[in-house]
Order: sequence, then C-alpha cells, then structure tokens
Amino acid sequence: MTEVSPPESPPRSQWMDVWHQFKSHRGALFGAFVFLVIVLAVYIGPFIWPHDPQFLPQGRAFIDLRDTRPVYVALWDAGAKIDWSHPLGTDNLGRDTLARLLFGGQVSIAVGLTAMLLSLVLGTLVGVVAGYFRRLDGVLMRLTDLFLALPLLPLILVASLLFRDALSAVFGPEGGVFALIVALIGLTSWMQTARIVRGDVLALKEREFVLAARSIGTTNTRLITRHMLPNILSPILVSATLGIATAIITESALSFLGFGFPPDFPTWGRLLNDGVDRLVSYPERSIWPGIMISLTVLSVNYLGDGLRDALDPRIRGR
Amino acid sequence: MLTFAIRRLVLSVPTLLFISLVIFLLLQLAPNDPMAQMPLTVPPEVREKMREAMGHGQPIHIQYFKWVLQFFWIEPKVFIDWLTADSFLLGWLPDTSLYNGELRVISWQTRSPVMDIVVQRIPQTLWVVGTAYVLAIVIAVPIGIYSAYRQYSWFDQMGTFVSMVGFSIPPFFSGVLVIVIFSVQLGWFPSIYDTTHKVVDWESFLKQLNQMIMPVMVLTLQITAQLSRFMRASMLDNLNQDYVRTARAKGLGEPNVVLVHVLRNSMIPVVTVIALGVPSIFGGAIITEQVFKVNGIGQLLITSIEANDLPMVQTLTFVFAVLIVMFNLIADLLYGVLDPRIRYD
Repeated sequence: MTEVSPPESPPRSQWMDVWHQFKSHRGALFGAFVFLVIVLAVYIGPFIWPHDPQFLPQGRAFIDLRDTRPVYVALWDAGAKIDWSHPLGTDNLGRDTLARLLFGGQVSIAVGLTAMLLSLVLGTLVGVVAGYFRRLDGVLMRLTDLFLALPLLPLILVASLLFRDALSAVFGPEGGVFALIVALIGLTSWMQTARIVRGDVLALKEREFVLAARSIGTTNTRLITRHMLPNILSPILVSATLGIATAIITESALSFLGFGFPPDFPTWGRLLNDGVDRLVSYPERSIWPGIMISLTVLSVNYLGDGLRDALDPRIRGR
Repeated sequence: MLTFAIRRLVLSVPTLLFISLVIFLLLQLAPNDPMAQMPLTVPPEVREKMREAMGHGQPIHIQYFKWVLQFFWIEPKVFIDWLTADSFLLGWLPDTSLYNGELRVISWQTRSPVMDIVVQRIPQTLWVVGTAYVLAIVIAVPIGIYSAYRQYSWFDQMGTFVSMVGFSIPPFFSGVLVIVIFSVQLGWFPSIYDTTHKVVDWESFLKQLNQMIMPVMVLTLQITAQLSRFMRASMLDNLNQDYVRTARAKGLGEPNVVLVHVLRNSMIPVVTVIALGVPSIFGGAIITEQVFKVNGIGQLLITSIEANDLPMVQTLTFVFAVLIVMFNLIADLLYGVLDPRIRYD
C-alpha cells in the first residue's frame, strides 16, 4: 500500500548544492564574473590589441608618440595631446599604456596564482601532517608560530635583494625575479592555511568513517588522500581565493617599493610606481594600474566571501 | 594568571633568540662589505685592517654572540642612562652611568650608533601610525556595533561594501589617489610630509594637522575596514546568545542590553585583534611612509636596505620582531584578563 512517491526534484549532488548557494550570493557571482573578465582580457587581449608593450619608437615618431594623454582627457581639455590609436595614451618613451597594462596584468596575475598554489601546497602539507601524526604536531605548530612571529615584509624586502643575482643567473633576469617573488610570497603566507587545515584534520580524525576506513586496513596515505582531503577541500578553496588577493597585493607592494621586477618590465605595481614621479601632469599612468590592482583584489575577495558561504553547510542558507 | 604571564614571558626569550638567529643568518648570506663606501685611495692593506677592526673576518658564531650582546646588554645600558639623565619622564632619578664606552651597533652608512638613529625616527612613525590606529578604533567599533545590530539593513550593506573596498585597495594606491585628489586637484594638503616641522603655537599645530591628514586617512581606511568587519562578526556571535534573551526578558532597556551586556563580551576577541594588529601596522606603515615621504623607521629600513647597511637592517628587522612578540604576549595576557573563563591555569 505504501507506494513510494517519486521525489519532486532529482537528487542534487554536493557540488550542485554548492553552486546553488553560490549563485544566490550576488557579490560572489559578480566577483567571479569580474575576475574572469580581467583574466581573459589580460591573456587574450594582447591578441586583439597587438601593440608591443616594449616597442620604442625612433626618431621623429618618438617625439610624436611620447606623452600622449588618454582620449577622454579631450572632454575637458581641448588642447591635450591625444591619439585615437592609443586610447589610454603613451608613456614618456612612447610605449602604449593599454598594451603595458595588459602585459603587466599577465605578470601580476601569474605571480598571484603561482604564489597562491605554492602557499596552498605548503600550508596543506604542514596542516595535514601536523594534524594527522601526533608526534610531529608540536614541532610543526611551533614552526608555524615562529613564522607568524617573523617580521615578514622587512624580511621579504631583504631576501628579494639577496637572492636576486643568484636566481637571475639560473633563470634569466625576468624568470629569476619571477621565481624569487613567487617563492618569497609562498614561503611567507602558508601559516593561516596550515592552522585551519590542522584544526579540521584533528576534528575529522575522531569521526567514525575514519575509524571504519582504518579498520579495513586503509593505509595512511590512502586515508589522507581519499578520506581527509575531500573533506577539508572547502577551507582550502576559501584560503586559496583569499591567497590570490594577498599575493597580488604583496607583489605590487614589492614592485612599488622598487624591490620587484626590473624597471622596464611592467607589472601593475611597477607601472604605478613609475607613474608617481609625474603624477601632476599624467595622473592616469598611476591611476589605471591602481584601479586594475584594486578591482582584481576586490573581485577575488568577493569570490572568496561567496565561496565561504557556499561551502560551509553550517552557515548555508542564512 | 601570574604564573602564566611569567611562563609566557620566559618562553618569549628563546623565540626572540631564534628569530634573531634567523635574521642574522639570512643577512650573513648577503654579499656585503663595510668598506664599500670608503674612498678608493685607501690602500688595500689598510682596508683589510679596518675590516678586521670591525670584526668582519670573525667566525659566524662569534659575530652573532657579539651582536646579541650588543643588542641585549649594551644598548639597554645606554637606554637606561639616557632615561635617568635626559628624559623628562624619569630625568629626576639620580644619574646612572652604566655605559662606559663599549662598542655599540654601528651603522655602516653614518658611522654612528644604530639605535640613536632609530630613536630619532620613531616619533615620526608613531605620530602618524599611532593617530591612525586610535582613530580607526574609534571609528570602527561603533560601525561594527551598529551594522551587527541592524544586520542586513542598508547601513550594514553599505558598511560591508565600504570595508570590502577599503580592504582591497592597497595603501600604495589609496595614497596616490588621495594625493591626486586633495593635493594636485584641490590643493588642500601638502603631498610631502615635513618632519622638520615643529609644533610651537596654534598656527604650527594647524599646519602639522594639515600635513598629517592624508597619511592618517590612508592608514585609517585600511585598519577601519578590517576592524569593523571583526567587530560586526563578534557582535553577531553574541547577539543570539541566551544571556541576551535573559537580559531582555528581565526588562532591561535596549541600550543597556547592547552597549553593556553584548558589547562587553564582544570586545574580548576584538581587543586581542587590536593588540595583534599593532606590529603589522608598523609593517604596513613602510609603504605609507614611502608614499608620503615620511622619514620614519619604515623609510629608514628601505634606504638602509638599498645602501647595503647591514647592521641597520639587522637591528631594524629585529626591532620589528620584538614588537610582534611583545604584542602577541600582550594580546594573550589581555585575553586572560578580560575573559575569566580563560585563565590558563
């Protein structure tokens, strides 16, 4: 008699649930959209906008092309030197600002993503090992505390000067600085992830399914990769998004202080710094890179906020 | 509580020693030469002797030991002498003369004791950073309280958005932005902070205020953004607790419930966050000082890194580390004092 009525909607998987919640967070959706647009623009843009960011006009063209203002300046200043083939103007050497902005974005975003990956791998490794193997817990957590007590920005500044030449000899001037900055940011930002992951692993270890898995003879490696990691994926994802934001800001800060990439190699922080000297006549040279940095960081922060809401079942639907 | 405090204090000594070792070893890798800025006319053998006199060829552990001795033993002696002789706070005490001509940490740039320069620079940093921090606390706490009390109201939404923006705009951009707006376009404030300016009367006080507005604004925006979010979260945690319902049920007025019962409990984590944030603010001030050309300790660090002035970099980095460890300790102790449930005994 008890006929099972078919469910009104098909069962949803966990990821569908997450996506459903994520969708309802307007800020997160907007953040994801803006970040995606920036990434696409920066990586596909150079194919559509084929000016060479490093191109230096020679002779007469140099005088003609240098120091043009963005086209919108003509709205309030009819006498401004503008050129419709360079909508955002050129710098004091006649290089196209838009092309430099796009190229700088590639570097900044690449640094942000790789540094985030490095710090994520380190943090997860330390966190899982500390949480899972009790014997190593004390040592690793003291190490984390020590890292948290280090004055990081001064040390990054010092180290970026110390190892520059050694790495440049191996990877070339730009590649060396890239590796150096990624390594420095990654090595100094894994501590928060490690703490969160350790806490979650400690709690998970006491659950029945772990006991069950262990009782059928699962090895430690398999237990960690098959049972632990999927369960701590959400805090890792959230700290990943927030990690991108901090990495981009740190890289720009380094470049801004003159400790980052070499001078003629544009990144957003570097472009901002280069513009500061002629801020009075050409404010746009600093403002556009600054807007790009802030917009990227803002969108990533909103994305992280939304992910946290979507992935944490306890606050889901609040 | 006392035993806990003493235990923490004792524990921070090995931490500091370890950090000093890390800093020292890292800097030992630096390709540096104290004689790099000497005139080239100095003959090589004299140069070598001068290097030896500065202890350059000594084994690393002896160099480290001497630096620690100078930093923890000789410099405090100089400081106490200064305190009892010249400072207006404790100058009435009988003069001590603990320091008698031992070698202090000497800067390679200026050939004068490093700590003297640091002490000269600290007031500039403290004025800007301290004002910004106090101002940020005063602004952030009421914002946090009100946006938690009216959760999801337009004020809360606005506050969330503004703090997200303040959180995302790095100080080197917001600094440049306010310079463009207030200094270049409007011409209200000077873009360069004049540290030689002395406050003697009302007029000069106004000028000081005028030049402080922009750096303080940039730092305050950043700190307020973080603190108000934290305050809001902490208030929200407490507003749904049973004791709040009890307080309302027994007929207490709404201001009383929120501003006495809830606020007191929500301030516990916020106070520790405030204490923990102090050292990172000094780090963040490095950038703000660079933007507004304030010659505080952040700017000192940058110039000495660029000039390869090893003792100065070493000491400054370590001063930052001492600040971090000290405020961690203060935060821990405050937590115990404010929250009787956590007494660590």
